[in-house]
Amino acid sequence: MSALSEAWPDTYGDEAKPRMGFFTDTSICIGCKACEVACKEWNLIPEDGLVWTGESYDNTSELGANSWRHVAFIEQRKPLKVDGNGDTAELDVEPLRWLMSSDVCKHCTHAGCLDVCPTGALFRTEFGTVVVQEDVCNGCGYCVPACPFGVLDKRHLPTRPEDAPLELPLLGKQEDGRVWKCTLCYDRLKGGHEPACAKACPTDSIQFGELDELRERADKRLEKLQAENWNGAQLYGRDPDDGVGGFGAFFLLLDEPEVYGLPPDPVVPTKNLSEMWINTAVAAAATLVGAALAFIGGRG
Amino acid sequence: MTTRDGSITAVGTEMQSYYGRPILKEPVWQPEIPFYFFFGGIAGASAVLHLGARITSNDTLARRSLFIGAAADVIGPALLVSDLGRPERFFNMFRVFKVTSPMSVGSWILLVSGGASNTAAVLELLGKLKPVKIAAELVSTLAGPPLATYTGTLIADTAIPVWHEARHELPWLFGASASASAGAVATMFVPPKEAGPARRLAVGGVAAELGLMETMQHRLGLVGEVYKQGDAGRLGRVSKLCTVAGAALLASAGKRSRAAAIGGGALVLAGELALRWSVFRAGFQSARDPKYVVIPQRERKPAAG
Repeated sequence: MSALSEAWPDTYGDEAKPRMGFFTDTSICIGCKACEVACKEWNLIPEDGLVWTGESYDNTSELGANSWRHVAFIEQRKPLKVDGNGDTAELDVEPLRWLMSSDVCKHCTHAGCLDVCPTGALFRTEFGTVVVQEDVCNGCGYCVPACPFGVLDKRHLPTRPEDAPLELPLLGKQEDGRVWKCTLCYDRLKGGHEPACAKACPTDSIQFGELDELRERADKRLEKLQAENWNGAQLYGRDPDDGVGGFGAFFLLLDEPEVYGLPPDPVVPTKNLSEMWINTAVAAAATLVGAALAFIGGRG
Repeated sequence: MTTRDGSITAVGTEMQSYYGRPILKEPVWQPEIPFYFFFGGIAGASAVLHLGARITSNDTLARRSLFIGAAADVIGPALLVSDLGRPERFFNMFRVFKVTSPMSVGSWILLVSGGASNTAAVLELLGKLKPVKIAAELVSTLAGPPLATYTGTLIADTAIPVWHEARHELPWLFGASASASAGAVATMFVPPKEAGPARRLAVGGVAAELGLMETMQHRLGLVGEVYKQGDAGRLGRVSKLCTVAGAALLASAGKRSRAAAIGGGALVLAGELALRWSVFRAGFQSARDPKYVVIPQRERKPAAG
């Protein structure tokens, strides 16, 4: 597993690069959404309708084909800090905190989307990231339900004519049959630049770098926040032994993952696949035997 | 129930969510897909029925199951191509063979099965190249059972709770449903005195499928409740009603009356189609509610704080 989480050197040989990723430290996110905007600008992602949700400052709501960064906002009657015994700090008489977190594709070590893709459109780059080759994708849609985080989607454009977006270069105005997701700015990485969202982040809540180094940095940051008694501080997706082999893009959260709309214990669907194939073969054999049994008793 | 702060109260369980929003994306598959499961099942199980009839020298049953299977083997791929976001890129399915992708494996199974069954059917019609025809029949029979069962694993190999947690039962359920469908359609097109094996396959397939459906829903626990709700629930009840009535009709009168054979076969077919749709819709329903993701995951991994 640890060999896989490095840089996939087997397939890339001399071209292999260190595994790159994001560490999103939500404790310093200010909810400016510069990451969302920078991502849309750089990757020419169409606008997908303007709505007011009434869900704090979040009108993006979820990751999808047209939103590769999504800032979540959560207003809570919870204290920002707890005292050493785990109780509410006395300073917070009426506790209130406002959590913000910029979500993104996790670029899993064991990526369900990549595993199930039947065309090879989804692939592992030399940086260890997971990218869709849009000229190969035939829109079968298998990766969409295979992602334990609900990241990938087909591009659905607004149905009402008045919501139709401006025509964009390369993309046009047609409903797109293919799937889209964060590429970790593969084109920028190739040119030696950091991804657009990390570049635009004014507080360095989104940190880009070599995954090994990011993990060390995250461990130190968590240690500091815990020493300062921050309420609920935890790393999410940092552990290489979790159900997806660790995330290439992991997080420091201030509450449980499900509060941010993230699964608490994601597992790659292909984890049990060899057992599933054996079961499929046995069921196929049983189908054969069942049909053979139907011939007992003659033709009438 | 979703409260203002996004916490959800399920029966006896407290959980939190992000404004009650789904964690997973619903599948983007169109109605072609459950129809494909149905026709692919008919193609796969008909191939087996065909060879059994050939071996037992039941020529009417053999010929007609061959043609039924070959027709279903044409309809199936057509449905799949139509479902693609980019149908003109259908051939990209054959760029690679990926054992990690049941859809890739299934595309190759379908290619082999469809190629073999249609070769055999054409040669049967022409009455030519008998050795090639026999070889094609054998290949199609070998590809048949995997074609009937892999679709269960195709949907189980996703993050959709009601499919993934049913990974033990789904290939068996789809195999049984395919057998019942192939038996039922052959019963409709073959005179009763030649259709004994088809009738027994239909009735046996229905019995197995009903038992497997019960087992699956029971073992799913909390997530299994989607089969009692909404479209999945309605389609499931229609399926049960049709398959039980059809199988009863086939078992009681299918041997004597052609009309009963046709009516019973049609009822079983309708029921099996409804079953595929019930399973399909259940997946969408379980993706829509975050509790089916959070509660089972929290049961295996308690919260840190």
